Amino acid sequence: MKFLFLLAANIKRKKIRTFLTLGSYFTAFLLFGLLSAIKSAFNQGVDVAGANRIVVGNKTSIIMPLPISYMEKFFELNGVKNVTYASWFGGYYKDPKNFFAQMAVDSYTYFDVYSEFKIEKNQFLDFMKDRQGCIVGKKTAEKYGFKIGDKIPIIASVWGGVWEFNLRAIYTGTKPEDDLTQFFFHASYLEERRPWGKGMVGWYIVEIEKPELAFSISREIDSIFSNSPYETKSDTEKAFALGFVKQIGNIELIILSIGAIVFLTLLLVTSNTMELSVRERSAEFAVLKTIGFSDSLLYFLTISESLFYSFMGGSLGILVAKLFTLKGDPTGGFLPVFYISMNQMVLGFLLIFVFGFLSGILPARRVYKLRIVEALGRI
Amino acid sequence: MVGVDGTGTKSSFLKARNLDKIYYRGEEEIHCLSGLNLDVEKGEFIAFMGPSGSGKTTLLNLLGGLDKPTRGTIFANGIEITSLSENMLAKWRSSNVGFVFQMYNLLPVLTAYQNVEIPLLLTSLSKKEREEHVLLAMELAKIVDRRNHYPSQLSGGQQQRVSIARAIVSSPLFLFCDEPTGDLDRKSGDEIMDLLRSLSKQLDITVLMVTHDPHAAEKSDTVLHLEKGILIEGKPLR
Ligand SMILES: Nc1ncnc2c1ncn2[C@@H]1O[C@H](COP(=O)(O)OP(=O)(O)OP(=O)(O)O)[C@@H](O)[C@H]1O
Ligand SMILES: [Mg+2]
Repeated sequence: MKFLFLLAANIKRKKIRTFLTLGSYFTAFLLFGLLSAIKSAFNQGVDVAGANRIVVGNKTSIIMPLPISYMEKFFELNGVKNVTYASWFGGYYKDPKNFFAQMAVDSYTYFDVYSEFKIEKNQFLDFMKDRQGCIVGKKTAEKYGFKIGDKIPIIASVWGGVWEFNLRAIYTGTKPEDDLTQFFFHASYLEERRPWGKGMVGWYIVEIEKPELAFSISREIDSIFSNSPYETKSDTEKAFALGFVKQIGNIELIILSIGAIVFLTLLLVTSNTMELSVRERSAEFAVLKTIGFSDSLLYFLTISESLFYSFMGGSLGILVAKLFTLKGDPTGGFLPVFYISMNQMVLGFLLIFVFGFLSGILPARRVYKLRIVEALGRI
Repeated sequence: MVGVDGTGTKSSFLKARNLDKIYYRGEEEIHCLSGLNLDVEKGEFIAFMGPSGSGKTTLLNLLGGLDKPTRGTIFANGIEITSLSENMLAKWRSSNVGFVFQMYNLLPVLTAYQNVEIPLLLTSLSKKEREEHVLLAMELAKIVDRRNHYPSQLSGGQQQRVSIARAIVSSPLFLFCDEPTGDLDRKSGDEIMDLLRSLSKQLDITVLMVTHDPHAAEKSDTVLHLEKGILIEGKPLR
């Protein structure tokens, strides 16, 4: 502790350099925070995915439908607790840029299976009573200023025309990663109004009693419908979500690798700065050694200095990123879940420590090995 | 008395025997010291003189435990410092030795006070006790009124006073000075020499000083000349 003023004095030595070093760490970890928010946005489906839910889709392609008649067969299976289904609607509100998912769901079962979505009882009853009713996630409702009772016109890209819905309920989530941007309405209404595709649904969600049964039940389902005109492909919801992620995975990879490169470059720069600053101070370290400072004490002090920079700059960066994500999705709909998880925060601070340590190690070694006679001779 | 022939009393305060120092520059061997002997009594003030490159700094570094001889032994106050490990040597320096350099070598980012305090950071003294020691040392070096100045705000002579305060703050037995007046004008140089001389007598510190300046050397008790790797006594000053 009593060595603190040595540290403080060094930090004041070259204000611009200190500022730039802190700035580098700040930028690097601001970037880290934002990238991890983007990453969790891409993976939100995976993180949220229940381990006790199996998604059953058409074997040929997820966009191909399955017959409604399959539902009963799923109920007959052992270990199945509940079954529901959903169909992709594919429309937009006013402008194609206003992107949020609309799904026609089996309103009797869907919200039992997705029990993480919380809906006020009265609102839900109103929704059930209105065949043109819809339920919208809190985020989307807030974003477009939807109020209960509002008429929401959705332009149907697939089915054509403008479909009007009445907002009857707004759902909230139970975890920060729950997707609060979706728009649900009665599958019966879709069935009634669409000119073709009747009797078909997009995919089924089978809720099972225990996650351990996921594999065997998936196998069983797929074998029942093999050799039928509509073969199925069943997977846990997690695996299903991963399949979705893979489709946008390349973009994610590009963003993340660019980020990683920038991140690493900034750290190389800070490490180099540290090295320079230590080299300039060779004579001073030699004097300290002359006075009796041991090699290991100076090693420790040099590492501390490096850690100081990484902690000051890095934690500020993470903090600012966190504050930024608290405001929610900055893209207006493409990243429905945009936040930095606790795990990512912990990882961030771990990285701050690791990089502070790493960028201090070479300079500290130099200080450790510095020979008094040679360093003083250089003055 | 000072001796350079290796026959000094067994108990001399600082004793060097058969010191060799060879530097290697690629293939080339530079025999800097060869078979040097020295005996110094406690409280003596010795000046080393000699042509440039004769090995004065080298000798001072060996005696002060900053470097190790190629061969030979050094005993300081009964401790054989040539056999100490790097770490033990650092510890020994911190409590036994003070150094004063030609270029003062103060830390530019610290105030005069903080510079003087540095050696005490290695002790277990409390902040209050450290303050007492620092102020006393600065008082003795007659620089206490400038304690809050940074080195860049001080003249050469004043900086050297700060560095002397730093050298004596942990009450060392030895003071090693490498051309302490080398960068000062005549007047400041004289003042620094008077200060070193009075500190040596007042605090009973054994001082070993390298100098080029015969005028400065006059203030010492004994002048020794380094030539061809050994010390020679009593060569008349010119
Ligand atoms: N680290 C080193 N490596 C190689 N040679 C060295 C080293 N240090 C000193 N020497 C050589 O040893 C000799 C003595 O050097 P030293 O610095 O001790 O001389 P000096 O008497 O202090 O000279 P000056 O009066 O110029 O300060 C010189 O020839 C020098 O080149
Ligand atoms: Mg020299």
